[in-house]
Amino acid sequence: MRYQFQFEAVFAEADRILNGVLLTIGLSFGAIVLGLALAVLLVAAKSLFGRWVGMLVDAYVELMRNTPFLVQLFMMFFGLPLIGIRMSGTEAALLAMTLNLGAYATEIIRAGVDSIHRSQIEAGLSLAMTKRQVFQYVVLMPALARVWPALSSQFVLMLLASSICSFISVPELSGTAAIIEQNTFRSFETYIVVTLIYLALALSLKVSLLWLGRRIFPRLSSLDRLDAKAEAA
Amino acid sequence: MVTFGWPEAFFIVRAAGWTLLLTAVAFLIGGLMGGVLAILRLSRIKLLRRLAAGYILVIQSIPVLMVLFMSYYGLSLFGVELPPFFAASASLAIYVSAYLAEIWRGSIESVPFQQWEASASLAHSPAQTYRYVILPQAIRISLPPTVGFLVQLVKNTSIVSVVGFVELSRAGQLVNNATFQPFQIFTLVAAIYFAICFPLSRLSRHLEKVMNASRPH
Repeated sequence: MRYQFQFEAVFAEADRILNGVLLTIGLSFGAIVLGLALAVLLVAAKSLFGRWVGMLVDAYVELMRNTPFLVQLFMMFFGLPLIGIRMSGTEAALLAMTLNLGAYATEIIRAGVDSIHRSQIEAGLSLAMTKRQVFQYVVLMPALARVWPALSSQFVLMLLASSICSFISVPELSGTAAIIEQNTFRSFETYIVVTLIYLALALSLKVSLLWLGRRIFPRLSSLDRLDAKAEAA
Repeated sequence: MVTFGWPEAFFIVRAAGWTLLLTAVAFLIGGLMGGVLAILRLSRIKLLRRLAAGYILVIQSIPVLMVLFMSYYGLSLFGVELPPFFAASASLAIYVSAYLAEIWRGSIESVPFQQWEASASLAHSPAQTYRYVILPQAIRISLPPTVGFLVQLVKNTSIVSVVGFVELSRAGQLVNNATFQPFQIFTLVAAIYFAICFPLSRLSRHLEKVMNASRPH
């Protein structure tokens, strides 16, 4: 039997697809910004406060990194209402994505911070910089610059993982696909179109992050050169 | 009204076995495909390199969920009615192959090129070079990231519940639908995933330390 592809039925739902794309972009962008902020706060808390805070942060990171995003999502969506926190699917999705990405970003940025040599911090303090200035200019920004590639791929993975939010009926791109599939019965065509859109989104995000990294961290390349020199010495 | 008790908990624990089996099958098939892709990616023939790179880029840039749907609906178009377990392991294997290929390519490339030259000067064929010189070193280098990726795979098996295959998270969902005690149920589900993944994460980190012992810092 030869299969007749019928994409018209899918393209007729272009408005719906566009809304799905916008929600996917919105959720991913929100999770990236909030997750990054959370991670920076947690890394700062870990280095500023004592052992107990550090252990709490570690526990959070390990818990998030070693359980599936889907189960975290279910916890937020089904579990939290029981303790009185009621959220829509989209809000639960944003919360789960933020907490998930926050954990991975914490781990990545911590590795960057660990790679900053102690003498750098001492040099900063001896230049009469305040603790805050040292953290921002000597520790955080160079650390972020070093781990930017790792962070970027984590962001792309988060964009892809946002498709899992369709499990709790969030009408983002893959949730939209499920709706269109039910309306049109053109399952394969729907998923071909949606997959191509994900591909385009992921590749654009990859390229934008590369560009953004060069813009925010102009010293990135010079840092690499310094590292290479230090290793050669 | 059904409540969450021992039979339900036992049902969930037993489903964890399917998660492990799915992980093992996807890892074995995906590992074989990934190994071939890694070697194609480093082939002397440009077309093969390009094809492998294209496959890896595409698979790494689409959600696993889409790979799952595409293989599930795609196969049924050709009249192939696969049981969910096969559709699930096939799509997870495709996902695994792209990531392992990249990890292993990196490992092979990080073996110093003098090793290739030394092997060639001993009149080894390319196959012999891989078998006796490159792979033994590359495998050591690849162990920590491979074990780390295994953690990702265990977690990603959770999404195959969407094609109706009852593994750990689907079991949790089913019990939740019957009892509606999400907190207890998903805590148990998360704890089982954690019990599988955490030791693997620690092993990966341990291997990283052991393998990097010689590197000065």
